[in-house]
Amino acid sequence: MTGFVVRRVAAGAALALVISMLSYTLLSIPHIDVARQLLGQGAAQELVDAKNAALGLDRPALVQYLDWLAAAVRGDFGTSWFTSENVLRAIANRLPVTLSLMAGVTLVTALLSLLLGLWAGVRRGRVDRFVQILAVTGYALPGFLVTLVMVWLFAVELGWFPAIGYIGLEESFTGWLSTVTLPILALSVGSVAGVAQQVRGSVIDVLRQDYVRTLRARGLPPRRIILRHVLRNAAAPALSVLGMQFVGLLGGAVLVEQIFGLPGIGSMTVGYTTRGDIPIIMALVMISVIGVIVINLLVDILIGWLNPKARLR
Amino acid sequence: MKWISGLVLGLIVLAVLLAPVISPAGPDVSSLRHAFEGPAPGHPLGFDSAGRDILARLLYGGQNTLGGALIALLVALALGIPSGLLAGYYGGWFDAAAGWLVNLVMALPAMVVLLASRAILGSTVWVLMVVLGFLIAPSFHRLVRGIVAGVRGELYVDAARVSGLSDARIIWRHVLIVVRAPIIIQIALVAGIAIGLQAGLEFLGIGSGDTPTWGAMLNEAFKNMQRDPVLMLWPGLALGLTSGALVLLAAGLRDTLEDPGSRPRTVTPAVPTAVTPAVTPAAPTAGPGERAALLSVRDLAVAYPSGEVVHNVGLDVHAGEILGLVGESGSGKTQTAFSILGILPETGRVSRGSITVDGTEIVGLPEKRHRELRGTVVAYIPQEPMSNLDPAFTVGSQLVEPMRVKLRLGRAQAVRKALDLLSLVEIRDPRRVFDSYPHEISGGMAQRVLIAGAMSCEPKLLIADEPTTALDVRVQAEVLGLLRRLQRDNGLGVLLVTHNLGVVADLCDRVAVMREGRIVETGTARQVLHTPRDPYTRMLLDAVLPLEVT
Amino acid sequence: MNALLTVEDLRVSYPGRGWRAPRTQVLRGIDLSVAPGETLGLVGESGSGKTTVGRAVLGLVPVESGTITFGGERIEHAPRRRRRELARDLQVIFQDPYTSLNPSRTVGDTLAEPLLGMPGARARVATLLERVHLPADAASRLPREFSGGQRQRVAIARALAIGPRLIVCDEPVSALDLTTQKTVLDLLREIQEQTGVSYLFVSHDLAVVRFVSDRIAVLRDGRIVEELGARGEPAHPYTRSLLLAAPVADVAEQRARRQAFMSLDLK
Repeated sequence: MTGFVVRRVAAGAALALVISMLSYTLLSIPHIDVARQLLGQGAAQELVDAKNAALGLDRPALVQYLDWLAAAVRGDFGTSWFTSENVLRAIANRLPVTLSLMAGVTLVTALLSLLLGLWAGVRRGRVDRFVQILAVTGYALPGFLVTLVMVWLFAVELGWFPAIGYIGLEESFTGWLSTVTLPILALSVGSVAGVAQQVRGSVIDVLRQDYVRTLRARGLPPRRIILRHVLRNAAAPALSVLGMQFVGLLGGAVLVEQIFGLPGIGSMTVGYTTRGDIPIIMALVMISVIGVIVINLLVDILIGWLNPKARLR
Repeated sequence: MKWISGLVLGLIVLAVLLAPVISPAGPDVSSLRHAFEGPAPGHPLGFDSAGRDILARLLYGGQNTLGGALIALLVALALGIPSGLLAGYYGGWFDAAAGWLVNLVMALPAMVVLLASRAILGSTVWVLMVVLGFLIAPSFHRLVRGIVAGVRGELYVDAARVSGLSDARIIWRHVLIVVRAPIIIQIALVAGIAIGLQAGLEFLGIGSGDTPTWGAMLNEAFKNMQRDPVLMLWPGLALGLTSGALVLLAAGLRDTLEDPGSRPRTVTPAVPTAVTPAVTPAAPTAGPGERAALLSVRDLAVAYPSGEVVHNVGLDVHAGEILGLVGESGSGKTQTAFSILGILPETGRVSRGSITVDGTEIVGLPEKRHRELRGTVVAYIPQEPMSNLDPAFTVGSQLVEPMRVKLRLGRAQAVRKALDLLSLVEIRDPRRVFDSYPHEISGGMAQRVLIAGAMSCEPKLLIADEPTTALDVRVQAEVLGLLRRLQRDNGLGVLLVTHNLGVVADLCDRVAVMREGRIVETGTARQVLHTPRDPYTRMLLDAVLPLEVT
Repeated sequence: MNALLTVEDLRVSYPGRGWRAPRTQVLRGIDLSVAPGETLGLVGESGSGKTTVGRAVLGLVPVESGTITFGGERIEHAPRRRRRELARDLQVIFQDPYTSLNPSRTVGDTLAEPLLGMPGARARVATLLERVHLPADAASRLPREFSGGQRQRVAIARALAIGPRLIVCDEPVSALDLTTQKTVLDLLREIQEQTGVSYLFVSHDLAVVRFVSDRIAVLRDGRIVEELGARGEPAHPYTRSLLLAAPVADVAEQRARRQAFMSLDLK
């Protein structure tokens, strides 16, 4: 198990390194004259050149990248070109918002999809059809469209939740809850649909296995067989779908944060990427990639714990 | 379902293509005085916030939205399918490299990358759609690679190679045909996702300025949500209908394309014999008279929705006796065994007859009462040792669990008894096997564990379904010896289902021969094997290949 | 003896599981030969490497070292082009009649496959079906409409399509019922008498191997422990244990065999 974790961490680090290299290379294809943009169109060429030199943009791209990398591994992501903010601090301010969204969605997804999937897979029949239809609908509709409809219905028409804005957890718990409930629900629709479908499929699969028949023949009660044996074996494939959905969830967060005006990483991405602010973009790309890698690592470890055979790989 | 969604999709595409005909006004003609106005002649859907015709924007916007998604899809197909084919068929370094690249791309959050690429590449939607194509290509690569690698391992591909077909020919004839259906389904699914992502980008205002798209229209509607929520209706409906229809189409296609092609591994009509023996009028089974105390079956019928598979079966197993139930595949012997245990598959049921186990009638018995008998009165030894152990639990915990539930033993006591059981089935290192997972032990060992499991709650009757068929001959001989010893020491009654007449000669006191759901002959092992009465039994015996020892 | 197939010191290994794991040795030096019109039986338990011998001869697994000579030509590293030509002389019948036929192609398609581009392929298919005692209309049907025994007849017909000199039979009857098994084995013998084809017959079942073979090689852990005639007396204790372990359908004789097996006392 330790060897497995070490190998996966090493592979993840290599992946992050390659992605950072690729992103930096692509970003430094010079097409936006950052210095001129900063100083205004009328600025004298000498001033522009001086600004470029100050930003280090007059050096070869490779040197720039190595500089960035050396600082980044020490946890220093530099300052924004446009606002002179410390990048790390800017991100740290916004991270809790996005993280609480993610945690909420993961929790809702895990609970609801397990419940629905298990129910549909074991009961079949009408319950199954209901869950199937729910899943297809949830999967079919683009997430932000669902979000817009929810905003219109629950915030504008019914007025149950604020349509926009964010209240920090440290300020007021109920306030926080009222501002994140709708975003979390909106983001959960698609992921619950996908994961519930997978849980249903693997539950049906496991129920057909020979060992389930043998457990029945040993006289164990069905509830015990389902909660102990079927659930554990069906959980592994469902978990890997949950892990894969995480990437999509990041994209969803961008839209949802934008719609609800939440000050998270997602809305930050929209705001800063348009201007070609390399220090910020690099930090955002890296933080999301590392997030994905860490989540997948956790999923793999969990699967290895659930299913000892998977540890071999 | 699939026709409706196909029709909806076709109509949407047609309307979008015919935009200049349906709505000659053009999407950018605006007259501010009409802003937010409802339907008017020539403007059936009304006007938006800038006084532009909604229908025109919807149709022209569809061109951009659907066109963009189409580009992304084409790029993804062009990259994902060939690379998946090559990686799956040849494996090796290409597969490894492609797999690594796929993992890399799949770790990229699409939305962030697209936003970042916009900073690099500028705000041309078409270029962004090519990037999106790159990002979704892995889903096709993975799908195709997985299926092709599976087909590659099929014996019919080996057979084609041995037949002298070239790789190109094998891929064309045997591989593409298998991936075709899943690819079509995946296209519909991914198209839905691509449209959603594309519209999402436009919604964020990534599009090029004033170009009409469904996403941009939604953005505009969102800004004016408080004032006129109806603006959201049309672009929302167009988007929802399109991606909904695509996903439903995929689901429908899956049902029609995948089911007939999948190979039916289960039931095959078995009419292989050239000789048809004379039909015996009445099965000389145990009559309605005296019934054995331990297990007695009378007039049993098992039915599936497709028909009856076991007819009028009667048999008896006395305490301390081994009855062999012999027959070829499809003869109904396993169905009979499952009926006694009450573990028939969901669609099967005992449709007639009587089964008594230790004096209890179990036909019609509530499941809960029947369950109480399982394990403690009647126990089961399955055929395939590996697939009958739960891979997620250690051997030990699988032995301990039924004893704790059925016998209400304490944990320490159950563990001690499990270790004793493992020694009882002649496992030399019980502690090690106790702590092992099923994949860590051999097939012969696993079969011993399953026998230990059957013995764990001290049953009186064992139902063994081909308990040695999956084992090598020498392991088989040892396991047969073990079964004989356990049966003698505990005075068990055993119903032994088998197709192997040698196993019958080795172990059984009496034999019942089954054919096509009926018992054709019952007698002592010696009588049935040496002086068979039924022509079918005689045919079975004639088919046994000689194996004399010199 | 002028052998059709000669295998000398054949070694095959697979990459180990996991990173930098040592390779698993499957065959550790196999020597055997098959004469024209002869059947050599290869018998062994699971994991003995018996199937790998057949696959190596067919070029389906890479050979690590040793030689395979077929009709006087070294073929262990034959290029793919030459392999394709060899297919005329070297054919195969696999174990599983369910997966060795493409489920989505008709029997006629499958049989015509080796005949691609040859004139009169359709007529040849009809002859082949007749030879394996299947009805002529079988050509237009899908494999799933047939029983296991019938599918195995189709597989035999495919192997016979271009008139090979050697057929590798990999457990051809172990998935079949007893009565079907016998008829398929009879068919294989009948075809050998008619065409003089040689068989390399791989099976775990000593009774089956003895029924069809002229000579038998016994495999264990990638080595041949003993070679004997079909009716020959096994000398090696391992072969004796294999023979004694297989139960026979005779109560008294089986009792004697069981006792003999117990008294062997080997692992």
